[in-house]
Amino acid sequence: MKRLSRSIFSILIFGYAFLYIPLILVVAYSFNDSRIATIWGGFSTRWYGELFRNDQVLDALFLSVRIALTSATLATILGTMAALALARFGRFRGHTLFTGMITSPMVMPEVITGLSLLLLFIALQQLTGWPGQRGFSTITIAHTTFSMAYVAVVVQARLSAMDQSLEEAAMDLGGRPLRVVFDITLPLIAPAMIAGWLLAFTLSLDDLVIASFVSGPGATTLPMYIFSKVKLGVSPDINALASLIIAFVSFGVLLAWAVMRRTEAR
Amino acid sequence: MSDDKSNFIRIKNLSKLFGDFVAVDDVSLDIARGELFSILGGSGCGKTTLLRVLAGLEAPTTGSIEIDGVDVTEQPPYERPVNMMFQSYAIFPHMDVSANIAYGLNKDRVAANEIKTRVDEAIELVQMGDFRNRKPQQLSGGQRQRVALARALIKRPKVLLLDEPLAALDKKLREHTQFELMNIQDELGITFVVVTHDQEEAMTLSTRIAVMEQGRFLQVGAPKEVYEYPKSRFVADFIGTINTFEGKVTRVGDDTISVESTEAGTELRALGTHGLELGQDTCIAVRPEKIFITRQEPEDNDDIRVRGVVDDLAYLGNLSLYRVRLESGKVIQVSAQNRRRSATRAVEWDDQVWVSWRPRSAVVLSD
Amino acid sequence: MGIVAAPQRRRAKRLDVLPGAGKLQDNLWQRVAIATPYIWLFVFFLMPFVIILKISLADPLVAQPPYTPTFDSLGNISVTADNFAFLLTDKLYAITYLKSILMAATATMCCLMLGYPMAYGIARASETSRNLLLLLIILPFWISFLLRVYAWMGLLNNHGVINNLLMFVGVIDAPMQIIYTDFAVFIGLTYSYLPFMILPLYATLERMDLDLVEAAQDLGASATIAFRDITWPLSRPGVIAGCLLVFIPATGEYVIPYLLGGPNSLLIGRVLFDEFFVNRDWPLASAVAIVMLILLVVPIMYWKNFERKAAENEA
Repeated sequence: MKRLSRSIFSILIFGYAFLYIPLILVVAYSFNDSRIATIWGGFSTRWYGELFRNDQVLDALFLSVRIALTSATLATILGTMAALALARFGRFRGHTLFTGMITSPMVMPEVITGLSLLLLFIALQQLTGWPGQRGFSTITIAHTTFSMAYVAVVVQARLSAMDQSLEEAAMDLGGRPLRVVFDITLPLIAPAMIAGWLLAFTLSLDDLVIASFVSGPGATTLPMYIFSKVKLGVSPDINALASLIIAFVSFGVLLAWAVMRRTEAR
Repeated sequence: MSDDKSNFIRIKNLSKLFGDFVAVDDVSLDIARGELFSILGGSGCGKTTLLRVLAGLEAPTTGSIEIDGVDVTEQPPYERPVNMMFQSYAIFPHMDVSANIAYGLNKDRVAANEIKTRVDEAIELVQMGDFRNRKPQQLSGGQRQRVALARALIKRPKVLLLDEPLAALDKKLREHTQFELMNIQDELGITFVVVTHDQEEAMTLSTRIAVMEQGRFLQVGAPKEVYEYPKSRFVADFIGTINTFEGKVTRVGDDTISVESTEAGTELRALGTHGLELGQDTCIAVRPEKIFITRQEPEDNDDIRVRGVVDDLAYLGNLSLYRVRLESGKVIQVSAQNRRRSATRAVEWDDQVWVSWRPRSAVVLSD
Repeated sequence: MGIVAAPQRRRAKRLDVLPGAGKLQDNLWQRVAIATPYIWLFVFFLMPFVIILKISLADPLVAQPPYTPTFDSLGNISVTADNFAFLLTDKLYAITYLKSILMAATATMCCLMLGYPMAYGIARASETSRNLLLLLIILPFWISFLLRVYAWMGLLNNHGVINNLLMFVGVIDAPMQIIYTDFAVFIGLTYSYLPFMILPLYATLERMDLDLVEAAQDLGASATIAFRDITWPLSRPGVIAGCLLVFIPATGEYVIPYLLGGPNSLLIGRVLFDEFFVNRDWPLASAVAIVMLILLVVPIMYWKNFERKAAENEA
């Protein structure tokens, strides 16, 4: 029976409280009837109602989800390819540059990535005429680029830990390398790929800075919408929106936990 | 023995380097069809690398490999008529037993009903009929090994490579599997190449053994030949136990040689001249079971005899092992079968004894 | 017999096409698998930096795009180092850069001090609790960054919960100005980046056999000594990873200083954004980015090296 020391235990409690109290308060205030969000005026769900009637929010949500779905999928495909290249192809030519490029987006400040991509799109437009209208496609490309790094890291970790003799055995039995990847490697790294996809999805849904840089008129993502309202101060309908998101994510995470527990039990 | 049969596998001047490290050093070997060939050596000697090169999982740095007259050196593993049983068995965890076994056939594009028949045959061969739908996690080590074997054999390869096949099994299972492997090999007539560090395994299974050390073959031959006529100290010591006596050549006869050894404390005689000259340093070696141990002096014959004292003895049931300290101080090992059941042992601790052996039982080792 | 005589004949085999060839070689699809992400990253990650550099060497124009072209129609190159000169001589920028780094460093320290014990606690917890605890750390991470910062706005503003609480308890009479200060930015940074510190720390601590450490304590080594001599050195890789994962992005933070910071809380991320969108001075914004990159190059290189060594240790 491991007993945590008192001080560690209390720091844990403090830490989790620190993480969660702000969120709990947001949820609490989303039911606040008063327009001044931080003074309690009575219990009400009217902000939720208003939210569903708010076209701007719904449009922004729809756009963000579309972008997230697309970029997450693209990022997973590209990131898995990159992970395979890094973990299975030995030291190919340009390997060092490749490794450098793969992991850099993770640590780069967002303003720099955003700025650099916007400038690229503008330069491309001058040269080739595309992209004429910045929006869905440019944001998706931007998100794919930085998400790919995260997917690659997650998948590569799993690949390195995997028993390579399984792939060798498959080849020995007559499987050509590409077949072996689909028959053996991918099924076994599937959990990592899924984790990577989820990570990329979240990162995309959440991104504000990069989207702000590379977006164009008419393309407002959900974070951009929230930011524009939040700039002016605390607002009750944002509380409602935030609570919905919190609830949705919490539900998803707890569901994932339940699934994980069941699969481990088997 | 036509040429075809004995040169079924031809390895010519094969070397494999990893950077500066020489894993396999200019190895050449011919293996006959239907042989059960073992490569025996300690860890790091290069045997697994050699096996992997045969399988096609590593490309040789120089040299060539021919199987059944076809040069396979450039062929990738999925095109070679060679299959391998991995040390870890490498059973695909996300497929059940039948799917695992059928995997190779699916790649060959065999008709579906033929796949079914052959999978059934293979499962029968390794007696896994009750387990065909189990997942690997639900199988024991021995069962997984049988799946690995069936999976490799179902493709009817010309050569089967086995990497430490018995290492992970407990003693009883190991003995059983040894004989199973030999029977299967006999029945199917496939050429087996086994890599092992266990000399007992190598001796039991093989038609021929190659003793490997630091990337080179030190000796290749039938088990009996390698055991009774080792060509080097390493080989002599690696397989079983052996007593060695250093000395100088005192006489070279027509077909005999005499060596004066202070370790033995007497003149030792052995057969053959081995290209040695007077005064050269050499080593005479004798296996423990070739030495007689008696309380009385042996009869007056050609045997070499030395006196000693029993320092230690171990009773193993079927045989007894003695450690005898000679007058020179050297301790040798003698083993004797317990042919007679008697209330008192013939030889006891601290007994004064004579150890003796025939000159032809001795081996001359120069390196 | 004997070592292969030099020169070694390297036969061109399908398997040995690339030096130090790995497994799963089959030229066509392998090339595709490497090339696709490679090209993508090259175009969408590397090239943009070259463009930033190019623009940072230009002059602003009232035009579309608002900067002078590097190569004009006659093929002459016109570059100017004006932007960099301005940055290096203007005190305001130097202070801003310094402040950003200091702020990020302090937040990193704070995350470390709070995050290390938390990671330790989770690593020591029982198997079942551990998963739940981890999930609770990750959960905020999945919730929008923006919303979490927003949550603090509600807490910290003049009519916010903290002020109300303090006034209620009687510690203060009038609301304190917490929001729109550097302190608020600092809290925001720590809050948002805490999971980034905890996760790598946890990963390293979890691998260590902490039972051993506690056993050492049993044997008489005091808790502090056991920690200093055993736990801390072994957990260093996790500490370094966590610190870099917090420090580098935090230096360029935009959202947190904007929402929680005051007019004096100018951090470099915000400066870049404003130069670009508000002042429409693209060349200057580019120069700001380049200088930021240069400042961060040292920690980023360190991070790369560290990652590489960690990967090699795994192998």
